[in-house]
Amino acid sequence: MDVLLQQIVNGLVVGSVYALVALGYTMVYGILQLINFAHGEVVMIGALSAVFSSKWMLAMGMGPILALLLATLLSMLICATVGVLIERLAYRPLRNAPRLAPLITAIAMSILLQQIGILVFGRNYFTFPELISKTPLTFGHVTTTPNEIMIFVVSVLLMGGLLWLVHNTKMGAAMRAVAENQKIAGLMGVDINKIIAITFAIGSALGAIAGVMVASNYGQAHYYMGFMLGLKAFTAAVMGGIGNLWGAMVGGLLLGLVENVGLIFVRGDYKDIFAFVVLVVVLIFRPQGLVGERVAERA
Amino acid sequence: MMADILFTAEGVTKKFGGVTALSDVSMAIARNSIFGLIGPNGAGKTTFFNTLTGLYRVDQGRFTFDGKTLNVKAPHEVAQVGIARTFQNIRLFGEMSVLENVMVGRHVRTKAGPFGAIFRPPSVQREEREIAERSRKILDYVGLSKRAGEKSRTLAYGEQRRLEIARALATEPKMIALDEPAAGMNATETVALRQLIERIARDGTTVMLIEHDMRLVMNVCQHIAVLDYGRKIADGTPAEIQKDAAVIKAYLGGAHGEGEGSKA
Amino acid sequence: MSGIFQDRRKSMIALGALAVVLVLLPFVVGAFGQAWVRILNFTLIYVMLALGLNVVVGVAGLLDLGYVAFYAVGAYTWSLLASTQFDLHYPFWILLPLGAFLAAVAGLLLGAPVLKLRGDYLAIVTLGFGEIVRILMNNFDKVSLPWSDTVYNITNGPRGITGIDGMSFFGFKVRAGTELFGLQISGLQIYYFVFLFFAILSVIGVWRLQHSRLGRAWQALREDEIAAKAMGINVRNIKLAAFAFGALTGGVAGGLFAAMQGFVSPESFGLLESVMVLAMVVLGGMGHIPGVILGAVLLSALPEVIRYGADENVQRSVFGFVLIAPEVLRNLIFSLAMILIMLFKPAGLWPSPERK
Repeated sequence: MDVLLQQIVNGLVVGSVYALVALGYTMVYGILQLINFAHGEVVMIGALSAVFSSKWMLAMGMGPILALLLATLLSMLICATVGVLIERLAYRPLRNAPRLAPLITAIAMSILLQQIGILVFGRNYFTFPELISKTPLTFGHVTTTPNEIMIFVVSVLLMGGLLWLVHNTKMGAAMRAVAENQKIAGLMGVDINKIIAITFAIGSALGAIAGVMVASNYGQAHYYMGFMLGLKAFTAAVMGGIGNLWGAMVGGLLLGLVENVGLIFVRGDYKDIFAFVVLVVVLIFRPQGLVGERVAERA
Repeated sequence: MMADILFTAEGVTKKFGGVTALSDVSMAIARNSIFGLIGPNGAGKTTFFNTLTGLYRVDQGRFTFDGKTLNVKAPHEVAQVGIARTFQNIRLFGEMSVLENVMVGRHVRTKAGPFGAIFRPPSVQREEREIAERSRKILDYVGLSKRAGEKSRTLAYGEQRRLEIARALATEPKMIALDEPAAGMNATETVALRQLIERIARDGTTVMLIEHDMRLVMNVCQHIAVLDYGRKIADGTPAEIQKDAAVIKAYLGGAHGEGEGSKA
Repeated sequence: MSGIFQDRRKSMIALGALAVVLVLLPFVVGAFGQAWVRILNFTLIYVMLALGLNVVVGVAGLLDLGYVAFYAVGAYTWSLLASTQFDLHYPFWILLPLGAFLAAVAGLLLGAPVLKLRGDYLAIVTLGFGEIVRILMNNFDKVSLPWSDTVYNITNGPRGITGIDGMSFFGFKVRAGTELFGLQISGLQIYYFVFLFFAILSVIGVWRLQHSRLGRAWQALREDEIAAKAMGINVRNIKLAAFAFGALTGGVAGGLFAAMQGFVSPESFGLLESVMVLAMVVLGGMGHIPGVILGAVLLSALPEVIRYGADENVQRSVFGFVLIAPEVLRNLIFSLAMILIMLFKPAGLWPSPERK
């Protein structure tokens, strides 16, 4: 029982990061019906920039909390720029191309960003400074750290913020309109290109935060870290019902929980399989995802 | 005049959630006739159509076809039984050539499998030749043989409609169901379509015509059924339908929206 | 085959020229070193893989991102049954068909549950399937049953399987090479001809399938599933057939790969490999065999050429130091090329012609 509780806590922490990354996938998918394969690499860039900038800030004598805040902000800025650039240069010209063309471009973009990551940062594992304490805190039989608590709380706040943004602001309404029907949204006077750029910026900025979280949680960052993380986050998004914000959150948390609770029963080597086995099972029984709506077959 | 009946619907009811899209609809179609199914937008024509072609399951009632209960569990079985259809919003295989589109129609009447495809025994070669020849004849029949080699998405609108009919004919149907074939056609094209429909019926294929173009329906059909709000409100010859009070009311006095609610 | 060979006489001449080139190629390339012959052989393997995946993605329109799993099944079938791992040494004429068969079964196993999924959902599930196969290969070096403590080592995990038998015909070991009319022919060069044989077989097989009743049904499925059903096509069956045939081709390629390399490890069967094969199909021109072959040749040979051209020594002589690691430069140019091709030729470099 104690083990189960502990794994649930661990699962929620990891799951909240998956959810943040999954949001980036699902927002882009909702609007462009494109799997933005490069999103995992955007997360990686966010993590690595934060590693370097926070180290520099610490060396300049800044306090750890301030350094974390500033480094995260800087990462968000960098990632948002990268995200918008990717869309502008690689995806926008292909909006009316055959369906697989943008997907291949996205995959190539992912490889390209990895190489750029190597060129800019290098191939090493870089340690992330301990900006928020990782001293274990024990509640009853469950152990966690201030760092983990921060990750979970910030994720939940961000998700809440995003939902508010999408459902309660004019920009959110425009985003929903573009996702619903681009042509009609355009006729209604929505600047589609701007909305799509904003979507990429927001998704990438969220990804940057997730990258910082992962790096701080594991204490390191690496040019290849975005790959598996991105894959799992996308899996989470599909599991929840791609294109649906709630789905991404539910899928992310669920995936984190399943992986960590599953560890009680199966050896850790198979951890990465869970994600995919659960995905296959979910999709067989609910092909539209857990939260997604069933789209009727049109005649 | 007791004609030979090919198709009947007997008390067909179809509900979507709480909405009754079809309510106790019955009709009979005589062999080799042209039968019209009309009704205002949202009357349930397309739902009826999709139900009989296996896209939806009926909740109550049944269809009979060629003397037997029509019991299809999957859409692809409908073509096997001998009912072919066209689509209101043209669904051609765009990247395939015009001829290949028709050849796909022969699928259901031929049988070569993967091994036949790879090893090409004489029987398969013969079958392939037969498919191509027959498909060319059908293209000729609808007047599209000149476009055989082109990708079907490059065809003009009216030609695409005719190709859909050719593709459906290639399945050797006993009944061909045309879903608004005249939609978007100009007057000349509609006349050509009318001649084609009449020829199809004359050559022994029953036609079920779902149409908005009232003039086409009145001119070409021997028998018409009218749906409104999912119910059949009238059934008879064109002359009878034109005089029917309920029909006139439905068409002139109906408060139907213009949105195509019968789509899906 | 396509518009370029209109005239029969011309096409015979073209084919003849192509045959001469294909026969001479391993010897010309071999003059620069056997490593280049190996690259040539890999190109042929990729041609087979791309053709197999082309049936699934290009012809039937089913997006499969886990295709390499079938390649792995073929490779591991050969490796486990013809190596020092279990000291089994079956001959190729059992191993290749068996590998192909098992891969096809794996294709059906993958196909059956995902029949109803469409588009991107299908892509991600197949991707997951590919990862599952790779992770299993990685971890099947310590398989134990719940009721016993015995640990079995099946796949040797990430270290991979070594000591794999090559191909041999009637006691003649291909790997050893031979001498013919005073000409030294290396093992790799013989493998080249074996692979060429299978690649040509794949071309013929895929071409015939594509131009058959089944092939037309696949294309119809790709273009419009609902209309395909209305034409009486049993969509479920032909989807399974597509998965099975694609997998079968991959399985054969996998067996050939294991035979030539003498070593396999899970590393060769990652997602990136699946992506690479998919990129070959799409870059070349989906559903168009010459295009797909072009894509396979370009994407498998090009990176090697770049790696060679940007070799550390070359860089040192040009810049005086190593500017970029060749491996990174290769991936950089490679991914950039992919993006540019897609931007300027979204239908691929050599798509199927407008008129047939």
